[in-house]
Amino acid sequence: MMTISDIANKVKGRIVCSEEKSAAEVEYAFSSDLMSDVLKVERENVLLITGLANLQAIRTSEMSEINCIVFARDKKIGNDIIELARENGIVLIESPFSVFRISGELYSAGIKPLF
Amino acid sequence: MQYRYKIAGGDFSNAGSVASSVKKILRQLNIGHSVSKRIVIALYEGEVNIVAHAYSGIADVEIDSEKIRILLTDKGPGIPDIPKAMEEGFSTASPQVREMGFGAGMGLSNMRKNSDIMNITSENGKGTVVELINYFGTDAR
Repeated sequence: MMTISDIANKVKGRIVCSEEKSAAEVEYAFSSDLMSDVLKVERENVLLITGLANLQAIRTSEMSEINCIVFARDKKIGNDIIELARENGIVLIESPFSVFRISGELYSAGIKPLF
Repeated sequence: MQYRYKIAGGDFSNAGSVASSVKKILRQLNIGHSVSKRIVIALYEGEVNIVAHAYSGIADVEIDSEKIRILLTDKGPGIPDIPKAMEEGFSTASPQVREMGFGAGMGLSNMRKNSDIMNITSENGKGTVVELINYFGTDAR
């Protein structure tokens, strides 16, 4: 388990919105750019690592009860995306690292995989 | 209770807004978490299908004490071969849909997995109707 703010530090990330939730703890992570795969995730308290910076990543997280997303490779996160995430209390983190490196760093730090 | 929502084909920025509204209604009704999660995921995939493939669509949502019934009716090309479309991995989605994180041929199977009853009827060149029913069961209220 790691807090969202520890996760942000670990991936050299910046919390973009919903900072008030950054003390929440995360146990599992899932890396995907395919939202249908994310929608198949049954477990909750899961962190999403993705390169897909669009509204569908937020909607998918809303439906899947995912409360934190790490966007890889400094993707530009539009204001509409931030607004929708904020409405749903989802923490967004921008990281300069690749999906591979973010996954590796967090796996080494003890965040568990789903499959 | 009955609700009707319009869904515009090609309007990717709004895909998911119906599922979001229904999620809020189910929360207000204190429908159990795991039940409501399945419903909104099935509805969201259905919405994405309409946005991705149809010209326009309507979502009719009926909620009573024991179940939710969602009827997704679209005007569009229809599905020529429904069993084929149900196969995981089969997709006719455009590159634009894939850029949105969908179009991998998982939508209909995700909808089936997350509904208690799913019926599809389709007419070539006219459109498709998908009925989704989920029972609240012991998880309700």
